[in-house]
Parts: sequence; C-alpha cells; structure tokens
Amino acid sequence: MNNRRHFLVKSASALTMTFIVPSLLSSNAQAKKPLDQKVTDKKSWGMHIDVDKCADGCTACVDACNEENGLTGFGRPETDSQWIRKIKIKDKTTEKITTMPMLCQHCENPPCCDVCPTGASFRRVDGIVMVNQHTCIGCRYCMMACPFKARSFVHETLSTQNTNAPRGKGCVESCNLCVNRIDHGSETTACEDACIKAGHNAITFGDLKDSNSKVRLAIESNSPRRLRDDLNLKQKVFYSNI
Amino acid sequence: MSDYTLNKLKAPRLLYWGIFLFLGFLILIGLASSAYMEHEGHYVTGMNNQIVWGLPHIFAVTLIVIASGVLNIASMSSAFNKKLYKPLAPLSALFAIAFLIAGLIILVLDLGRPDRLIVAMTTYNFKSIFAWNIFLYSGFFVILAVYIWSMLDFNVNRFSSLVGKIAFGWRIILTTGTGSIFGFLVAREAYSTAVLAPLFIVMSLLYGTAVFYLLLRVISRLQSIDIPDEITKNIRRLMIIFLLANIYFLILYHITNLYISKQIAVESFILLNGGGYTTMFWLGQVGLGLVIPLLYEMTNDEGRSFGLTITSLMVLVGGFFAVAVIIIGGQAFPLNIFPDHIILESSFYDNVIHSYTPSIFEFGLGVGGTSLALIIILILITNLKFIPVKK
Repeated sequence: MNNRRHFLVKSASALTMTFIVPSLLSSNAQAKKPLDQKVTDKKSWGMHIDVDKCADGCTACVDACNEENGLTGFGRPETDSQWIRKIKIKDKTTEKITTMPMLCQHCENPPCCDVCPTGASFRRVDGIVMVNQHTCIGCRYCMMACPFKARSFVHETLSTQNTNAPRGKGCVESCNLCVNRIDHGSETTACEDACIKAGHNAITFGDLKDSNSKVRLAIESNSPRRLRDDLNLKQKVFYSNI
Repeated sequence: MSDYTLNKLKAPRLLYWGIFLFLGFLILIGLASSAYMEHEGHYVTGMNNQIVWGLPHIFAVTLIVIASGVLNIASMSSAFNKKLYKPLAPLSALFAIAFLIAGLIILVLDLGRPDRLIVAMTTYNFKSIFAWNIFLYSGFFVILAVYIWSMLDFNVNRFSSLVGKIAFGWRIILTTGTGSIFGFLVAREAYSTAVLAPLFIVMSLLYGTAVFYLLLRVISRLQSIDIPDEITKNIRRLMIIFLLANIYFLILYHITNLYISKQIAVESFILLNGGGYTTMFWLGQVGLGLVIPLLYEMTNDEGRSFGLTITSLMVLVGGFFAVAVIIIGGQAFPLNIFPDHIILESSFYDNVIHSYTPSIFEFGLGVGGTSLALIIILILITNLKFIPVKK
C-alpha cells in the first residue's frame, strides 16, 4: 500500500517537474519579450511624409518594402502585389509637380474593416490596419472599399516567403507598418530606414502619442494634411507640402 | 385557372435526359473552371488589382437579383391576394431558391479562399453589409423552403399566406442588401448612393418577371400545355410597370450624380466617353433592356406570347449589361485619390481607365452556375408536383 502511495507521489512530482514547472518558468521568462505582450493603445503608430523631400525617380522605399515582405512579383504588374508605390502628381491650380509614396493610410475609421464580412481586416488598438491571413476569404470587398487603392490580392501561388511576413494565395494584403518589427520592439519601418539611408528623410515613422517622437515633431512643424480629408477617415499617414 | 391540380413535369424522356446531360456538362465546365482558377490563382482570370470583381460577379449578382424577382408571382398571390397567380406560386418560389443557390455558388467559387466558407459562416463582422447579406440569403432560403412546404402540404396550407407575406418583406430587404453592397462604398464615385438599393429592387422585379415568363414558356412547351391568355396579359402589364419603374430610378440615379460636381467625371465616363462601357450602357442597358421592350409592349396588342417572350429575352440581356455597367464600369473609372491634382505617373495604374477582358474560365464558372439553377428546377419539377394543370 505504502509502495503504491510512494509510487503515485513520485510519479506526480516527476510529471510536475517535467511539464508544469518548466512551462510556468518559460512563460514567465517570455513575458518580458514584446511578442508576448498584448497590444495596447499606449502607442499610436503613424507616419509623416514630406513630399518636398521625396526624390523623383527614387524607389528606395518601394524596394525596401518588397524585400522586407518578400514581394517578389511575377512580372505581371496588373496582378502583382504593391504595398507601397510611387506616384507623381500635378496640382491643378499651381501646376506644382510632386512625387510621393502611396501606401495603406491606416485610417482610424477604415472602410476596409467596415466592409470585411469576417473581420479579417482589422485595426489594432495601436492604429495599425492589417489583414488576418487566417480568416481572409478573398472576397476583395475591402479592395472595393479602400479609397486609396492600398490593397493587393495575391493572384498566384507563392513559393518563397519571408518568415516575418506570412502571405497567402487568395488573400488580400497591404502595408502593415512593418508590424513584425514593431512587435519585436523596433520603432522604424523598412521604408523609413531606406529613405533615411538614401539621404532623403522624406518618411518619418513613430509613435504619435509621444510628444517627443520624431514623427510628432515632423507633424507639428509642417502642418501636414491627410489625403481625401473629406471622407473623415482620420488616417495615420500625413503628407506635407502637397 | 380556378380548377387546377399540381402535377409533375411530364416531358418526353429523351428530351428530359438531353437537357439534363447538357446542363450537367455545363456545370462540369463551371466546376473545372473554378478548380483551375483556384489552383492557378486568379491571375489566369481577367480580374486584377484594379478590376477586383469581374464576370463571375456579374453572373452572381444578376442571378441573386433574379432570385428575388422571380418570387413576384408568388408574392402577387400570397401578399397581394391575386388568385390568378396562385397555381403558379409554388413554381415561383422554387425558381427563387434555385437562382439564389446558383448565384451564391458562383460567388463562393470565385472567392480567393472558397475552402474558408466555414469561416464566412461562423465569423461575422456585423458592421459589414456582406455579413448581413449572408444572413439575408440563408434566411431567404429557409423562408422559401417553408413557404413551398406551406403551399404544397394541405395540413399547413393555412400558413402559406402569412409565410408568403414574410417572404415578400424579406426579399425587399434582401435586394436592398444586394444594392447596398455597392451603395455603401464611399470610395467610388459610381457607387456610394442609397438610390442603388431601390434601383436594385426594381431591377429584380423586372428581371425576375422576365425570367419567370421565359421559364414558364419552356415548361409549357415541354409539357405541351398552353399558358392562359390572362396570365400572359397580366405579366405583360407587370413588365410595363417594372420597365417604367426601372427607367425612373435609372434617370434619378444619373440626374442625382450629374447634379453633384464631384460626380460629373464618372457620369461623363459612363454616359459619354467610356468607350465599351458607354456602348454597354446606351445600347445594352437602356436600348435593348428598357426602351425597345417598353416601346414594343406599349404599342402591341395584349396577350401576344411570342412578343412577350422576345421582350423578356431582351430585358434579360439588357439586365446583364446593366449589372456589368454597374460592377465593371464603376471599377474601371480610377479612384479620385487627389481631387486637386492630376496623377501623372503611377506603377499601380492610378491614372488610367482600368481595362478588363474576362477569361474563358470566368465565363465557364458563370454559365456553369446558371446551369445549376436550371438543373435544380428541372430535377425538382420532374420529381415533385409543381406544374399546374387543369383538372
């Protein structure tokens, strides 16, 4: 009887030590990593683009985005994904010509999220608008709804993908402000890094709630505007000198 | 037709199997097309990142609009107590179910991830009109099934009028929902208006009536029975009313847009300089689909079944063009991202009219889906008693 009791106690202890204690310890240890922290509204990510600093012909931001997110393309521009693109525009009144990057504007009232039937298009509390690649059914209604043509549909089978940017054939995708970097504690995006490296400093990214962040300072010193402000979408991407 | 009984379709055996196999073949083509598109990816279609909804959506929306509209005959009987249509009411509800299934199947098979249908059925974003439509469509299906049951089973027949009224209300909401899929899109100038909801409702009334009459003609041929003159005359009158209502709402839609300065560019695109879209609008939607049928029906004697058949066909083809102009034309016109600027260059086609050439696979899917509706009808009217015959 005693032997049996000892056996049971020892077995239970061994099981506890083998499975339960390590899991408690490891979850404790991982809790310090940003990936295990819940996204909060303590930060509000945003971007400022000074179009006067954006160089005509430069595609550093586009190239960096493609590399960061593994957007290789298939040589079919009408169906290949573009998360960020360069646009050249001319003011109808002043005839001033400017060039600028266009990307998801990360609206506070995003039409893409409103229309998405499954909620796969969603806005995080820190302001990032992105697509849940597991619940997107590929209906493309978000693409119909986006006023900025910021989204792409994956039209082809993907053979190579970057582990930090999972994509899926038949799903919709768009700029997610390098969410993988942010969740690992970074405060820059690939396009911003590339723009700085190219010496233009047109793109500034950061926390809009931090009064000392460079994006906040850029916005305060430039009095920028949002695109299609009439739609009242309250985007987190601001443009100066358009 | 006061003295009637419902019977099964008694078509010649060879003819029945001929039609059955032909439709089955088209359905197989549809399935193969869908499988190919899903396997290869949507790049094999004409759709792209500019025109995201294409020919499958034209077929699907047309079929769903028809599904709501073919219920007219049953609604006239149950909701408006028109005894004349009572014998045809079960058939009308059956058509509605068949076209609804077909439209939805096409929509689902065109999804980027049709295998995730279960996600769409279990995960909802209630702010999305698409999500509401999933409820409206499945609810309509259930109501129609109960409605048919109440009409065919003597024991529950006393409820048929009530269920018919519910079905009538539901279909009005359903078509409002279908129109609002476009009406709720603030970003695109061609959409973003509440007028689209009533426009879709009158479109459904017109196309549904046309399809009902055409199918009734086919069935009467197969069964070797005549359609009573009174039915033809009444359907003709309904067609004239629905044609006028369509013209009214179409004019209202375009006049409203022409009055709003920021909408003028897209209006001139559709009405004047949109190339193929302008042609489809004037010749297809307006000419073939509305004006010629109206003039013909208003100037010809009542009760001409051949004339009404031709008119119904024209309405149907015109209706297909109407949905094409709305869906493709609305997307072809580029988004107005910079109202104060002209876009000079863009790698993403921001500054050009978007082009769309549908692929054979999209056409295959659309035709296969439509054939599915017809085969459902064929199987059910052959095996269940839906056809009214004189006692």
